[in-house]
Amino acid sequence: MAYLDFEKPIEDLQKELTKLKEVAEKSKVDVSKSVLELELKITDVRREIYEKLSPWQKVQVSRHPERPYTLAYIEHLTKGTFVELHGDRTVGDDKAMIGGFGEVDGQTIMFIGQQKGINTKMRQIRRFGMANPEGYRKALRLMKMAEKFNKPIVTLIDTPGAYPGLEAEERGQGEAIARNLLEMAQLKVPVICIVIGEGASGGALGIGIGDKVLMLENSWYSVISPENCSTILWRTWAQKEKAAEALKLTASDMSLLKLVDGVIEEPLGGAHANPTEMFERVKKEILFHLENLSALSPENRVEQRIGKFCSMGVTMDAGEEEVEK
Amino acid sequence: MGWFKRIKEGITTSTREKKETPEGLWYKCSSCKKIHTTQEHANNKYVCSECNYHERIGSKEYFEILFDENKFTELDENLISGDPLNFTDTKKYTDRLQDSIIKTNLKDALRSAYGKVNGYDLMVCCMDFNFIGGSMGSVVGEKISRAIDYCIKTKTPLMIISKSGGARMMEAAYSLMQMAKTAAKLSLLAKAQIPYISLLTDPTTGGVTASYAMLGDLNIAEPASLIGFAGPRVVKETIGKDLPKGFQTAEFVLEHGFLDKIVARTELKEKLTLLLRLFKN
Ligand SMILES: [Zn+2]
Repeated sequence: MAYLDFEKPIEDLQKELTKLKEVAEKSKVDVSKSVLELELKITDVRREIYEKLSPWQKVQVSRHPERPYTLAYIEHLTKGTFVELHGDRTVGDDKAMIGGFGEVDGQTIMFIGQQKGINTKMRQIRRFGMANPEGYRKALRLMKMAEKFNKPIVTLIDTPGAYPGLEAEERGQGEAIARNLLEMAQLKVPVICIVIGEGASGGALGIGIGDKVLMLENSWYSVISPENCSTILWRTWAQKEKAAEALKLTASDMSLLKLVDGVIEEPLGGAHANPTEMFERVKKEILFHLENLSALSPENRVEQRIGKFCSMGVTMDAGEEEVEK
Repeated sequence: MGWFKRIKEGITTSTREKKETPEGLWYKCSSCKKIHTTQEHANNKYVCSECNYHERIGSKEYFEILFDENKFTELDENLISGDPLNFTDTKKYTDRLQDSIIKTNLKDALRSAYGKVNGYDLMVCCMDFNFIGGSMGSVVGEKISRAIDYCIKTKTPLMIISKSGGARMMEAAYSLMQMAKTAAKLSLLAKAQIPYISLLTDPTTGGVTASYAMLGDLNIAEPASLIGFAGPRVVKETIGKDLPKGFQTAEFVLEHGFLDKIVARTELKEKLTLLLRLFKN
């Protein structure tokens, strides 16, 4: 298990526990009571730490190397029925964006999401979850197919941004994302989007136009990463904590601001501490929302979806007199 | 709500004290350094007659260039931004807004107006780069959204003139969602079969490129404009070497298939008139 800097107290206790067990093994002394006490203490400390994570610490949890990625969710939810589909039919197959049909409790769902690599080699191949234009175009192709066959769409968002490469620019990264925003607004089937890790900027939004947009408790979603925000606005990398706070990028803040529709709680210690429990919670949310959304007509869904995004923004008319509240 | 008053006062002051300085007589081209009289330069739509360099201009100049006799009706001209996040970096966002309002005599980074272009009706939403780098926040999104409502109601074609560094960071996810908002609204305009012409000018990058700027029925651009999603500096860092010459210019983007045409500003009104006629007849 990899520990984050603020998890040091947990790491220390865990080491203590391991040592205690080793000693017991050698000396054959019964330490079960001490073990139990230590385990309870670890849970307490973990709870204490996780109850008051700062925005920047949540960003760290969202990037935890053992945090489950998109395919892990899909594989668990679809129990061996997932068929991954490849290619944008124009340029190639982007490994940073995956998608395909799978069955959840007898219901066929089109899953789409950015995929981060699980080891050094795969991280390169999947470009750390940063999709090229053909990734967004593959996503759109699959969404249109889902619409054609009247299957709901679930997107899982986990990206540090769209890939800022030379070929990405040549092949129209901006156009690819823009097209997805426009087309997703009009999709006739239910669309649920869940930010499972990082939701950075247009790269995240490019698969993020849903009837329900949900965030995992320790995920983040904003116009820019805290590091890049710090670099641009404070002209130094060092203000990332401050930037993370200012951006209001946590699930709870985004939900309070009504920029997303809900938060899915993570198990104690984050999604990586108990992936199976996390997958089950996500499944429950998907099925719950699909049932509600299926009760609406396609026209209704599209109207509400567009209406929701169009209501986002805070402006006022300076020509009018100030109204006392 | 204290800052709202301040902003209002800022606006009043800026209008009252609007300085009537005599126009400078000379304009020196920042590309070829040739000197023109400002009158000549304005007559040539702020394009250098020597080297074709298109000086960056704002909504005031574009409206003047496009609308017959500079007559137009502006929508939502008093719409200003809120500060829902109470955002502060090295400066409070509300101070930044107020300073920009006073400095530019604009309320935000986009103005929308309808009028006639050689007799053809057109709604023009035009970005102003001088206002916080032409960044897209709630006001830009809301004005485009309302302009599209007007276009749908009156069957008026739409043109958006983009000139922007992208989303406005001080509005964080609100600015991000303006991409969703404008794209969703454009999907309604498309369903109503009303033409949308996107004019991309120097520079058009980031979230603006990744939303309305690239969604025109026709995407046209001014010559040599910088157009891209990621900024050139970021792309350079990613690939770890120098960028090829002409990378992310309008000509490059045309060559790669994302623009219909490059149109010089001196011919903009004429070409636009023809396009509006072709859509109409
Ligand atoms: Zn010149």
